[in-house]
Amino acid sequence: MGVRGVTVPAPSKVVIQAVSMRFPTDGPPTEVLTSIDLDVKDGEFVCILGPSGCGKSTLLNIVGGFLKATSGNVLIDGQPVTGPDPRRIFVFQERGVFPWLTVEGNVAFGLFRLSTAERAERIAHYVKLVGLSGFENAYPQELSGGMKQRLEVARALAVNPDVLFLDEPFGALDSITRLVMRSELLRIRRAEKKTILFVTHDIDESVQLADRVVVMSTRPAAIRRIVDIEMPHPRDLSSPRYIELRDLLLEEIGLAHKI
Amino acid sequence: MKRLLPFSAVAALVAVWFLAAHRQTSGLFPDPAQVLLGLVELFRRGLLAKYVVASLYRVSWGYLLAVVTAIPIGLLLGWYRRGEQALNPLLQLLRPISPLAWIPIGILWFGVGDMAAIFLIFLASFLPLTVASMNAVRNVPPTLLRAGRNFGLSNRRLLTGVILPASLPQLIVALRISLGVAWLVVVAAEMIAVNSGLGFLIVDARNAGNRYDLVVAGMVMIGLIGLVLDVSIRQLEKMKALKWGYGA
Amino acid sequence: MPTRSDVERFLLPLGTAALAVLVWALAVRFSHTNVFPSPLAVLLGLQELLGKGVLGHYVGDSLRRVATGYFLALALGIPAGLALGWHPALASAFNPIIQMARPISPLAWMPLAILWFGVSEAAPGFLIFLGAFFPIVVASMNGVRSVPSMYLQAGRNFGLSTPRLLARVVFPAALPQILVGLRIALGIAWIVVVAAEMIAVDSGLGYLIIDSRNAGKRYDLVVAGMLLIGVIGLALDLLARRLELLRTVRWGFQRESA
Repeated sequence: MGVRGVTVPAPSKVVIQAVSMRFPTDGPPTEVLTSIDLDVKDGEFVCILGPSGCGKSTLLNIVGGFLKATSGNVLIDGQPVTGPDPRRIFVFQERGVFPWLTVEGNVAFGLFRLSTAERAERIAHYVKLVGLSGFENAYPQELSGGMKQRLEVARALAVNPDVLFLDEPFGALDSITRLVMRSELLRIRRAEKKTILFVTHDIDESVQLADRVVVMSTRPAAIRRIVDIEMPHPRDLSSPRYIELRDLLLEEIGLAHKI
Repeated sequence: MKRLLPFSAVAALVAVWFLAAHRQTSGLFPDPAQVLLGLVELFRRGLLAKYVVASLYRVSWGYLLAVVTAIPIGLLLGWYRRGEQALNPLLQLLRPISPLAWIPIGILWFGVGDMAAIFLIFLASFLPLTVASMNAVRNVPPTLLRAGRNFGLSNRRLLTGVILPASLPQLIVALRISLGVAWLVVVAAEMIAVNSGLGFLIVDARNAGNRYDLVVAGMVMIGLIGLVLDVSIRQLEKMKALKWGYGA
Repeated sequence: MPTRSDVERFLLPLGTAALAVLVWALAVRFSHTNVFPSPLAVLLGLQELLGKGVLGHYVGDSLRRVATGYFLALALGIPAGLALGWHPALASAFNPIIQMARPISPLAWMPLAILWFGVSEAAPGFLIFLGAFFPIVVASMNGVRSVPSMYLQAGRNFGLSTPRLLARVVFPAALPQILVGLRIALGIAWIVVVAAEMIAVDSGLGYLIIDSRNAGKRYDLVVAGMLLIGVIGLALDLLARRLELLRTVRWGFQRESA
């Protein structure tokens, strides 16, 4: 993504066109998403911000191909999304790692089409990248929450996807670990540029991580506003610009500044 | 369409059964119609009611005796770790011994008759219920116990006010499973050690004339009653006061 | 350095067992029974059986019967359970049959078993199969049903076809529950074999018990047989629990099971 002051036109990676989602219930169907339009550029880090239950995860699931939208389209690289695909991988909270496989086994999970040599190389590379060297033969139950989260990221990256979907991945971690994991994520991103769609309800998280923040309203969810975070990394969490952006988002969501 | 699914498999089974029965060479295996007629015959001869009552009588006594002894003992053992440590290995040793293996001892102590069968059923239900009660107590979350103590509850109050209610969901599951076991054992015991009841019916019908239609009729009754017993206890699990214990 | 609780853990049960044996011996002595055996008589009975070479023979027979019925139940039950768990439609179709058949003691199938298989090894084998089959099917079915959808989603995300998904995600995720079902089924198989041997065959531990009584009121051999049954059953159970300690499945057993 371009450095401040220099705009480089990037191709669209993910195009969401007028996506709406209605869930059938016993009574009238619940409208969860209302006509979402979003254009995500290649290599962009976009945060989808909103309170819990507003439909952000539903949107992510639609873009990832796990749900079919009631109306609208999603195009990735110009192709309509029809189902899940290894070119766009979900990262959940650390509960998504497979407990019956070691670290190595998990990272290798999607690599079944590669030769043994290639697989070993990839595993070694990504285990090192996420900082789990030495734990190759450990089982997830022996790892901490943060380590399990790293494992899940490694597993996702190992198949070399174009797009990563992260659905509140750090939600189950304590706040200190969360800070650590955020900078780890950015570090990994510097090494391997991917388009990232990141769902969160944490305002600070979105300002710390994203290139752009998409603020969602409560149900039925629509895009209230898209905020450009034009701050170079590393972002100073005490800088006036950071605080300004954060306040902007607080206001947009409609929350008080004082408790 | 979905509603019909369960019936479709049953219907298929009955159809296969019918065909199999008519293709056999020995002519002894009954087809579904003969089984139904067999049931009617038993009913008319008054044997059905008599045997069902006999089996239920034995099950009830053996089971209830087990319940009123096993649960208190199990709760106590669960509470006093020492007690559990002392007795658990013994219990684990006795558990794998088929209740039927106690038949000679049962007959020795109680003679051939109802008491022996009731003894067997008692044994079969007692051990699993004790173990389950022990475990239920051990699985009460310590936070609940600490809250109870915090509010100044004595040991006895703790038992009735915290431990018992907290263990209740698991206990009811154990009660259901033990009732199922008791029902299995009563039938088996009746095949060997007594002269009435559904188990006896099965053995007798074969021995006294190869009446396999009555044999299968008996098996069907056994299945039905066992199912009714199981469903009845499951109703307990549905009570709102207990639903919390069966969270998804 | 053994701690106090370690010592307690061994001494308490040992002490209680010793106490139980003592009470038993005293009860026999003071009730002047001449039928019920004392602990010593039971021990001598065991020795006698060993001496006659019959013991190993009977134990082997019982174990052999368990093995045939049990492994057949395993081979058929796990795939059946997986199928039922994976296709809820199949499960609701077969559920009534399962619920009706479950309360029927395997032993009640004896007359039919003899009709179909004659008085041979196949008859008790069939009963053991029946006894082990249902718990295995139910456990496998429940194991599949409780696989978190997150795992299935991840599997699909990585491009796994359905057969691959079943093999690499569903089965390993369901394995802990399947293992519990296997252990329970083994316990049931052991109970059923003893019961079956009391009726239809002429070897094995169940037969030993019935025969010892019928052929001469040898209650010392009866009790000896019972103890042996208990010990072997316990050993089988402990062996099965060992499987639950493997690291690929240990994650599924967070609580202590009894």
